[in-house]
Amino acid sequence: MAEEMKVIYERPKSWANKVTHYCPGCTHGVAHRLIAELVDEMDLIDKTIAVWPVGCAVFGYEYFNFDSVEAAHGRAPAMATGIKVTNPDNFVFTYQGDGDIASIGMAEVVHAAARGWPITVIFINNGNYGMTGGQMAPTTLLGQKTTTTPMGRAPQLNGYPIRLPEMLAQLDGPAYIARVSLDSPVNIRKAKAYMRKAFNAQIRGIGFSLVECLSTCPTNWQLTPVESMERIRKEVMAYYPLGEFKVAEGVL
Amino acid sequence: MSEKVLMKGAEALAEGAIRAGCRFYFGYPITPQNETPEYMSRRLPEVGGRFVQAESEVASINMVYGAACAGVRVMTSSSSPGISLMQEGISYISGSGVPCVVMNAMRGGPGLGNVAPAQADYLQAVKGGGNGDYKRIVLAPASIQEGVDLFVDAFDLADKYRMVVMVIVDGLIGQMMEPVEFKTTVDVNALKKPDWATTGRHGRDHANIISSLMMDTATLEKWNLELQAKYAQVAATESRIEEYEMADAEYAIVAYGTMARIAKTTVRTARARGIKLGLLRPITVWPFPTKQLQKYVGQIKGALTVELAYRQLFEDVELALCGKVPLGWYGRGGGVVPGPQEILAAFEEQFGKGR
Repeated sequence: MAEEMKVIYERPKSWANKVTHYCPGCTHGVAHRLIAELVDEMDLIDKTIAVWPVGCAVFGYEYFNFDSVEAAHGRAPAMATGIKVTNPDNFVFTYQGDGDIASIGMAEVVHAAARGWPITVIFINNGNYGMTGGQMAPTTLLGQKTTTTPMGRAPQLNGYPIRLPEMLAQLDGPAYIARVSLDSPVNIRKAKAYMRKAFNAQIRGIGFSLVECLSTCPTNWQLTPVESMERIRKEVMAYYPLGEFKVAEGVL
Repeated sequence: MSEKVLMKGAEALAEGAIRAGCRFYFGYPITPQNETPEYMSRRLPEVGGRFVQAESEVASINMVYGAACAGVRVMTSSSSPGISLMQEGISYISGSGVPCVVMNAMRGGPGLGNVAPAQADYLQAVKGGGNGDYKRIVLAPASIQEGVDLFVDAFDLADKYRMVVMVIVDGLIGQMMEPVEFKTTVDVNALKKPDWATTGRHGRDHANIISSLMMDTATLEKWNLELQAKYAQVAATESRIEEYEMADAEYAIVAYGTMARIAKTTVRTARARGIKLGLLRPITVWPFPTKQLQKYVGQIKGALTVELAYRQLFEDVELALCGKVPLGWYGRGGGVVPGPQEILAAFEEQFGKGR
């Protein structure tokens, strides 16, 4: 029977096989796993340079077997632009949280999208600043309690949450813009399919691509991992609809 | 091989950088240095390079950071307020130990100030700016020709020490036209490809990681000690100075850049009047040529620091000579550039007629 056995699941070669620092129930690990699987499946390990953010994923470079750089807070798209321009054949992606990309780094991501150069952004939206202890993020929902919105986010005081993919989809530069969720097996499979399209948009030289991943933060949400997944489905998806917001011709 | 051509400073310096092997430039418009990015935008594609106009100076320096991680010769240029915005990036680049060149065409400040020539960013350039214990090598040319020549050194030093090298000029050097000769053209293909660069593994047996983050205190202290050792080596070996009419000098002016060029005329005028005045012109302001200045302790009876700023260069002169040589100071701000006679008047006011 041995000759009929085949490998159906294994650790990705681009995964460095280390214990991560992420909290139990956090979906950063899921997003990391999907990236590692895609880099393997698309044979990108020799061409990849990842640009890591300031935030919970600040140690991301520890966990992969491809080249990495660590950016200043919010500047990953600018740094990725500088890397990509030196060697356009390489595969360059940034991995950024909501505070990094939609607050301090908003200018950099908007202009990277407007330039439309083929780089890829994986954007983790967990609705708060996780690394610093759960402060309000630009993506924090109205009414959501955080350490800096103790009474809940109020629009009169704190303004409204930002839907980044919908904003960037208005630009002519991007080739592929989507929002996925990491809350369930079916959505994780869809997330991988959309990330593959985003990677392909770069590899095929079509243009800028971004995938927002609705993610959990059980520690700061003060929910169990299971409750956190349920919150994504009940509350977060209601404000941040899943789907593809821009798919340029040729993106597969 | 080379011949003299008449060029505007900001363009000649850009060509000097390209001749020195710079193939990537990222920048954002700001006066008085706009001719540099404009020149880069048309010239770099001709030599196989790339110009990118960034959305801000913050983005410019982080694009430089990215390209520097790829191990290429890369630069940006800006003027005072824009350089202030770049300090975060300069700290990160320094903390990561990757090389790049930054040119500052200094203008009047603080704040928006104006666009006239100044040297008021001296302390930011040589002592501080961004966070943390880091140093840059800071080159201060006094003419367009010297600036062009120094760009070759700037990129060589950046690569050798994996440091940020700053070239500080001002609007006067940037805006005037002078004959210039491009003596050196670096063959970029002959430059050694660094083994630390993040260029994709392409068969390499390990991943390269570039980061300024070291959460473990012992690790970060060890890295700081490595940086300090490197800076000590640079300080011991890379300081440069021009000593003009110093052989028999009884007094010295200490000045750099544009101010030193004007002060040369003061020296000639003073000597015509029988005052034995010389000029000590730091070419590197970090490392500061402290030892070269101290050589004149015992010979000179006074040193007048002259600068387009308020007692910034003076701090370093004071550190080098305080208590050993009587010191004077004359400076102007707000973009006002004094002439040679005003400098001479300041000298005579502070040191008498030099007799």
